[in-house]
Amino acid sequence: MAEAHLSHASHKIPRFHMNRQRREALTAYLFVSPWIISLLVFTAYPMIASFFFSMTDYNVLRPPVWVGLQNFQKMFLEDPLYWLSVKNTMYYALISVPLGLLVGLLLAILLNQKIGGIGFYRTAYYLPGLVPAVAGVLLWMVMLDPKLGLVNQFLNLFGVPTIGWLRSAVWAKPALILMALWGGTGGTMLIFLAALKEIPQSLMEAAMIDGANTLQRFRHVTLPLLSPTIFFNLILGIIGSFQVFGSAFVATGSANTAGPLNSLLMYMLLLYRNAFRYFNMGYASAMALAMFLALVAITLLLVRSSSQWVYYEAAGRH
Amino acid sequence: MNTAQALKTPEMARLRRRQMLRHFIQSIVIHAILFSVAIIFLIPFLWVIITSLKPETQVFTDPLIWIPKPIMWSNYIEALTTPAFRFTLLLRNTLYYVITTTIGTLISSTIVAYALARLRFPGRNALFMITLATMMMPGIVTLIPTYVLFKTLGWVGTYAPLIVPTFFGASFNIFLLRQFMMTIPWDLTDAAYVDGANDFVILWKVVVPLITPALLVIAVFNIMYIWNDFFGPLIYLKGQDQYPLVMGLYAFRTRTSVKWSLMMAASLATCFPLIILFFIAQRYFIEGITLTGLKGV
Repeated sequence: MAEAHLSHASHKIPRFHMNRQRREALTAYLFVSPWIISLLVFTAYPMIASFFFSMTDYNVLRPPVWVGLQNFQKMFLEDPLYWLSVKNTMYYALISVPLGLLVGLLLAILLNQKIGGIGFYRTAYYLPGLVPAVAGVLLWMVMLDPKLGLVNQFLNLFGVPTIGWLRSAVWAKPALILMALWGGTGGTMLIFLAALKEIPQSLMEAAMIDGANTLQRFRHVTLPLLSPTIFFNLILGIIGSFQVFGSAFVATGSANTAGPLNSLLMYMLLLYRNAFRYFNMGYASAMALAMFLALVAITLLLVRSSSQWVYYEAAGRH
Repeated sequence: MNTAQALKTPEMARLRRRQMLRHFIQSIVIHAILFSVAIIFLIPFLWVIITSLKPETQVFTDPLIWIPKPIMWSNYIEALTTPAFRFTLLLRNTLYYVITTTIGTLISSTIVAYALARLRFPGRNALFMITLATMMMPGIVTLIPTYVLFKTLGWVGTYAPLIVPTFFGASFNIFLLRQFMMTIPWDLTDAAYVDGANDFVILWKVVVPLITPALLVIAVFNIMYIWNDFFGPLIYLKGQDQYPLVMGLYAFRTRTSVKWSLMMAASLATCFPLIILFFIAQRYFIEGITLTGLKGV
C-alpha cells in the first residue's frame, strides 16, 4: 500500500486541484467497486473457505463438521482412486502439453515462411478449436470406433492392427490426447505465429551476415526470443491439462468406472464425483486444495528456473 | 568500385538463380506438410457431415461409405425436432446465456479498466497487481466454496451463478481493456474535462469509441467461451428445460437408443452458429487468441 501511495504521489500532475483530485479518487473507487466486490466474494472468500472446508466433513445439507486432517489422510493413504487419478492426469499432462507446444510451434514456423495460402491453413488448424468438448468427443467416438471407425480402417491399410481407442485401457488416454491436440493446436500455433512475427527482421539479417545457417539462427535467435511465449504457454498448458474434465467426462458418460479400468479417471473427474455426485464437499475441497498447491509449486519452480533455462538454451549450445 | 561490381554480377546472377530454385523447392515441401496436416484437421469435419447424412445402417461399414445412399437430409429435420434434443429451446437458452454474460463482462470490465487506466487513486497499483495475479489462478480452488455460496443463496438451478458474476468484472478483460485505454492520448480526455464533462461522459463518449476493436475481441471471445461452456451449466443447472446447447447435446448422447447419424447432425447444429460467427469475425477471433497467449510477454 505504501508503494502505491508513493507512486500515486509521483504521478501527481499540478494541473488538478486538491478538490478535483479527491473527486477523481472517489469516482475511481466507485468505478472499481464491482471488481473489488468480485475479488472479495468470488476469489478471496472461496480461497479462504476452501482451506476451512478441506478440514471438515460437509455434505451441503448439514453444517460442516470439523475433522482436522482426516480428508488428507484418506486422500493420500486410503483412497486408491486418488492416486490413480493423479497418475492418469500426469500421463495426460506430460504428453499432451509438450506435444501440443511442439506441434503448434512447428506449424507456426512453417506458416511463418513466406508462402501463400496462410489464411486457409490458419482457418483449417483453428476450426477444431471452435467445437465444444461434447461435440468433439462424439465426433471422435465415431472416428475412433474400434471395429469400423475411419481411423482404424485407415491404419489397417498400412498393416497396423486394430486399436481399441476409448474402449481399451491402454489406448483411452492417447485417444483423449489426440482429441486435445486436434482441438488445441490451432490456438497454440496462432500464438506462436504472432510471436514469430514480432521478431525483428534486422536480428535475423545480422545473424545471417555473421554466417549463421538456418538451424543456428533458429537456436540462437528465434528460440531465445520465443522462450517467454513458450514458457508462458507451458504454464498455461500445465494449469489447463491438470484440470482436464469435459472430454473425459463425456467419453466416460455416467458409468461408474471412468473408461476401461478407470483409465480415464482424471483428477477433476474424481473431484466432480466426490463433490457433485456423492456430495463429499469436504473431501473434494481437500482434493482441490492439493491440486492448487501442486500447481502453485510447479508454477513457482518453473518461474524460478526460467531465467536459467532460457539462458541455457540461448548460450549453452555452440 | 565499378569494376568490382561488374566482376561479381554473373556469379551473383547464378547464385540468385540457385537461391530461387531452392526457395521454390522449399516452399513446395512446406506446402506439402502444411496441406497434409490441414487434411488431418479437416477430415473429422468432413466425416461428421457425411455421417450426419447417412441412413443409420451406413454409419459403421467396411469398406467405408463416403457418399451416403440415399442422402438423408431428413436426419437434420429429425435431429432438430426430436423431443430428445429440443434445438430451438436449447438455442434460445444458449443465446440468453451468451448475450447476458457478454453484456455483463463488457460493461463491468470497461468501467473497472477505465479507473485503472485513466484515474489516479491510492491503491491503484496494488489493485492492478491483484488483477494480474488472479488471471493465472486455477479455477479449481474457488469451485466448491463458490458452489456452496450459490447454494446458500438458493441460486443453484438457475442461471444466476453463471450470469451475475460477469457483471462484476473479469480479470483478463479488465487487463486487456486497461492496456488499450493506456494508449489513448491524455489530450483527448483533458479537453473533455475542460469542457466540463465528467468521467461517465468521457468514458462513454471519448474512450469507448476508441477501444471498440478491443471490445469486439472480448465480445467474440466471450461468445465462444460461453457457447462451449460445459462445466458451469453442468453443476449449476438442474432442469432439462434450462440447458444450453452443449448440455442438451450431452443429454441427447446419454439416451441409449440415439442414432449416431442424428447425433452427428445435432453436433454440427451445435457448432454451426459459432463457425458462421468465426467466418464473419475471423480477425477478432485470431486477435483474441493472440492476445490471450501473449499476455505474459
